[in-house]
Amino acid sequence: MDESLLGTLLASTLRLATPLIFCALAGLFSERSGVVDIGLEGKMLFAAFAAGAVGAVSGSTTLALLAAIGVAIALSWIHGLACVSHQGDQVVSGVAINIIAAGLTVVLGIAWFAQGGQTPPVTTAVRIQPLFPQAPAALAGVPWLGALVGEGLLGHNAMVYLSLALVPLSWWLLFRTRFGLRLRAVGENPQMVDAAGVSVTRLRYTALSLNGLLCGLAGSYLVLAQSASFSPNMTAGRGFMALAALIFGRWYPVGALWACLLFGLLDAAAIRLQGVHLPVIGEVPVQAIQALPYVLTVVLLAGFIGKAVAPQALGRPYAKER
Amino acid sequence: MNTSYAMPRWADLVLLPLVCLAVALLAAGGVVALVGQHPVEVISVLVHGAFGSARGLSYTLYYATTFVFTGLAVAVAFHGGLFNIGGEGQAILGGLGTGLVALWFSAFLPSWLMLPLMVVSGALFGMAWAVVPGYLQAYRGSHVVITTIMFNFIASTLLVYVLVNHLRPAGAMSVESVAFSESAKLPGMHEALAWLGVAWPASPLNLSVVLAALAALGVYLFLWRTRAGYRLRAVGSSPSAAEYAGIRTRHQVVLGMAVSGALAGMVGMNEIAGVHGKLLLEFVSGAGFTGIAVALMGRNHPVGIVFASILFGALFQGGAEVAFEVRGFSRDMVVMLQGFIVLFSGAMVYVIAPLVARGLNLAGRCLRQTGARHG
Repeated sequence: MDESLLGTLLASTLRLATPLIFCALAGLFSERSGVVDIGLEGKMLFAAFAAGAVGAVSGSTTLALLAAIGVAIALSWIHGLACVSHQGDQVVSGVAINIIAAGLTVVLGIAWFAQGGQTPPVTTAVRIQPLFPQAPAALAGVPWLGALVGEGLLGHNAMVYLSLALVPLSWWLLFRTRFGLRLRAVGENPQMVDAAGVSVTRLRYTALSLNGLLCGLAGSYLVLAQSASFSPNMTAGRGFMALAALIFGRWYPVGALWACLLFGLLDAAAIRLQGVHLPVIGEVPVQAIQALPYVLTVVLLAGFIGKAVAPQALGRPYAKER
Repeated sequence: MNTSYAMPRWADLVLLPLVCLAVALLAAGGVVALVGQHPVEVISVLVHGAFGSARGLSYTLYYATTFVFTGLAVAVAFHGGLFNIGGEGQAILGGLGTGLVALWFSAFLPSWLMLPLMVVSGALFGMAWAVVPGYLQAYRGSHVVITTIMFNFIASTLLVYVLVNHLRPAGAMSVESVAFSESAKLPGMHEALAWLGVAWPASPLNLSVVLAALAALGVYLFLWRTRAGYRLRAVGSSPSAAEYAGIRTRHQVVLGMAVSGALAGMVGMNEIAGVHGKLLLEFVSGAGFTGIAVALMGRNHPVGIVFASILFGALFQGGAEVAFEVRGFSRDMVVMLQGFIVLFSGAMVYVIAPLVARGLNLAGRCLRQTGARHG
């Protein structure tokens, strides 16, 4: 394999992993606070639609981002209303959010733009551009490092770096602050947190708001950075893959990052390996690579490679005793 | 579960689902009005399209057949305290099982042998796909919700792989197998009724609707009239009490998932054997998730599930009519309504139930007061 190929592979791995990282971190905050989030997919999809619609109509990146984040946070609060305030089933609520998002985005898209559910493409000015556009060309002459660093690491837009920067930030917030300690405690033992005089409900809503913020970023990345317009079901299971990555990373930010990068690499490799005849193994079916993230997660969950331990109170609604 | 509201049994079983449905319809109506359509016009076209003609009714029942299978699958697992989100994947595998035996044997086996074989094979494939997550939950401590989601994705890639790399005839463009021989075709309802001398318009409705009715009856008998069903429900309502009573809860988890998966696996009979006559992609297309909505609406009881399936069948068929008649309307409106139904009759039921209970109390008090005044 030559270095330019490695460079492009690294670049597409990072590009494909970015929405997964945002989403996995979103799931991290929610699940660490004890709220199961099956609805990542739906929130990301609706956020992508909001970014596409507002971006196309207003022509402003900021407004598009704000709309995406706002919509995702609103959906998170619906999730909170159903399962934190009223002890509804968290899995059912997540499934509902996914189905509503899949239907409503297309309904609104058809009604507002009449393009079969697509939004009109946002202009180049609205799209988020590479941060260092000269870097790949400038480093092109350098052997080895040129392609790898220039194209692989420096050729990206700000959102890619933001997602990477959010990983240590999330770690710091969760494991080095009082807020993080309380958030993790509420996911392990809400009774204790309540007894200590801290509101379980408020902590879980805060976690869900952070979750919405990150889902909004994931959705807007798809429209503002990856492709230029929203199309129906454009998330295509990425929310579930992020959930898998979160579990694969054992509910830790850095672990989730590695899982997202691995899944991104598999995704990039699946595109590249289509119809390629490898030595020894022969032709690898694309479907096998596509299914690998899910298979790996099941194997991990089954305890065959280490053990993934979920937060203790995950999925259990908390009813304050009166 | 939360029991902060108290209401008579009839209200819990009939009134509450209807109120939840009404709230979901109101929310959907709001969206319909928001995008500049007339909710009343849409509803009337929808109802007419679903029930207004023999053909429309047949389509409604055809859709309902699939939803009965997936709805029962969710309900059986639910009675065992399990949330099976994997109906989609189990139905895909079931269709694969149904299709594979049809491809292998339909050339030389007669119908009376072929069709039961297809039912059994579909059920076994669906069962296998559900037993693995069940086993992993019971014995390896992984959660069935997550594993069944993963299994949905694995199932759909597996189906693509088998179709693209093995079953697609060489040189064919579309991703589907060759057609089965005639013996693997489940007769359509119009054909069956023609044997009895009844004229009925041609539609995808086929004899698997009978299979669905039998499955609903079977699930009722299993859950409430057999020891195995009793044990399953005992584990569902209190695992520790069941364990103490000498029930092996781990077995029940695997058994519950097995029955659940077998039910979902029979979707293939309706879609593959009854309609298409060949194996293809996308024959489940979300029916596994609709099953969740159906089970929630039907309060996990076979009778409720049959009614809820007909409701959803009507929504899908009527929705198709509306998409045809009303400009700017698409089938996705029905998907959205389905989402609202899951939200309001599933996740938000504890928001709505106390309100209904309070309303009932108020109505009861008013009735008693007027009664006292007059009497």
